[in-house]
Amino acid sequence: MDLKATYNYTVVRQFAVMSVVWGIVGMLVGVIIAAQLIWPELGFNLPWLGYGRLRPLHTNAVIFAFGGSTLFATSYYIVQRTCEVRLFAGGLATFTFWGWTLIILLAAITLPLGITSGKEYAELEWPIDLLIAVVWVSYAIVFFGTLATRRTPHIYVANWFFGAFILTVAILHIVNSAALPVTLFKSYSAYAGVQDAMVQWWYGHNAVGFFLTAGFLGMMYYFIPKQAGRPIYSYRLSVVHFWALIFTYMWAGPHHLHYTALPDWAQSIGMLFSLILLAPSWGGMINGIMTLSGAWHKLRTDPILKFLIVSLSFYGMSTFEGPMMSIKTVNALSHYTDWTVGHVHSGALGWVGLVSMGSLYYLIPRVFGRVEMWSMRLISVHFWVATIGIVLYIAAMWIAGVMQGLMWRAVSPDGTLTYSFVESVKATYPFYAIRLVGGLLYFAGMLIMAFNVWKTVCVGKASDAPIPLAKPAHA
Amino acid sequence: MDINFIREAITVVSFVVFIGILAWAYSPANRERFEQDARLPFEEDAKMEERS
Repeated sequence: MDLKATYNYTVVRQFAVMSVVWGIVGMLVGVIIAAQLIWPELGFNLPWLGYGRLRPLHTNAVIFAFGGSTLFATSYYIVQRTCEVRLFAGGLATFTFWGWTLIILLAAITLPLGITSGKEYAELEWPIDLLIAVVWVSYAIVFFGTLATRRTPHIYVANWFFGAFILTVAILHIVNSAALPVTLFKSYSAYAGVQDAMVQWWYGHNAVGFFLTAGFLGMMYYFIPKQAGRPIYSYRLSVVHFWALIFTYMWAGPHHLHYTALPDWAQSIGMLFSLILLAPSWGGMINGIMTLSGAWHKLRTDPILKFLIVSLSFYGMSTFEGPMMSIKTVNALSHYTDWTVGHVHSGALGWVGLVSMGSLYYLIPRVFGRVEMWSMRLISVHFWVATIGIVLYIAAMWIAGVMQGLMWRAVSPDGTLTYSFVESVKATYPFYAIRLVGGLLYFAGMLIMAFNVWKTVCVGKASDAPIPLAKPAHA
Repeated sequence: MDINFIREAITVVSFVVFIGILAWAYSPANRERFEQDARLPFEEDAKMEERS
């Protein structure tokens, strides 16, 4: 019968390919700054190659360019497939691609030039912030418009997570970026003092919770069942998982401000809600992993499932570690040390990175008219190279972080500090070297992926799948 | 009205709503419905086969 209508895969292809490109760029900058911590000369005394300017370039590139493009690609793919309808407002969807790409290019120019608002993970100056707001609202119109015009009676759980991610990031971005512009390239935050710090970390932690978690859980809830060929372990648990995350994540931000000028009660609330978060996080992890219950053998042979399931293991590890580090007495040891860096990368490389790569390995062949990637063997190689890289990275940072914390707090019998700061830096060198090796491995894995994607695109051809013209909804 | 009363009320209402969601999700009456929802990503394949 007539299947003339097809899904809009053009924008999915654009974002999917660019996410691989931005992954390489962002991870390369990460490797460079990791090397700079060992060999500071690598800045070549050029201001725009200094660590302080490249570090925000790294974080913006991996979070918003690589992670963001992956989120756009997968959400556009999933919302169409699970609503059985073509993307709403196709022109606007195209605009989100070019707009988002322009934002990334502007970030890549302004950050090395030192143009920054100074807010971590929200460094971009106000003209770019305005562009982000416009692109994000367009994204919301496309996504929620597609949901509104769906042919299926139910909104699948993955779309709930994507919807929460889009809505919350819009609010976070607009509130935290409120600023008074003084010139084209300089603005000052609308908030002052500790209020500014609290707004910043309300934004910062929810950027973790919604940008780097909710959206990627959306991928988890679609790609794991599809790749495993069986429905999610418990749909009811997924409903509770969703609402528990929504109700608790918003309050965890103050744990970034332990032992600061922030009132003590606010710090305690942040700690309490961070501890509560363990429950929904592990509920989600168990739900994803148990989907393979009764089909564990698939994990042995399917490298894409390895990516997806191991990403959940890292999700479980970092969402256990996070609440633990939010406990004030633990935080007194861990804060400002490389333990935090290790924790972030266990989540970023292990959870966000691996689930993105697994999802892209599922998605890319399908939007290029192929059954699977050019080489399944290379996916397996990528998996092992990346996983060994992550383990080296986070183990090095754990040891370095705990060591730093212990050295900084050590007091001699006469009451003076046992170690000077520079002694702790010196003691960290070997771990910086191990971290660089881990980062290089992870980066090498991304290059393997790029090669595999390139080959897949070459042998495949851009094709848009037909939409099954379903019986009317509300059957 | 005291703003602190509104703050407390919102916290309590949110908690009650969450308990309600728990009860709704795990109520035996909804078991079948959620099992069907979980199969949603697979229904497109069956529909495509029907059509071809």
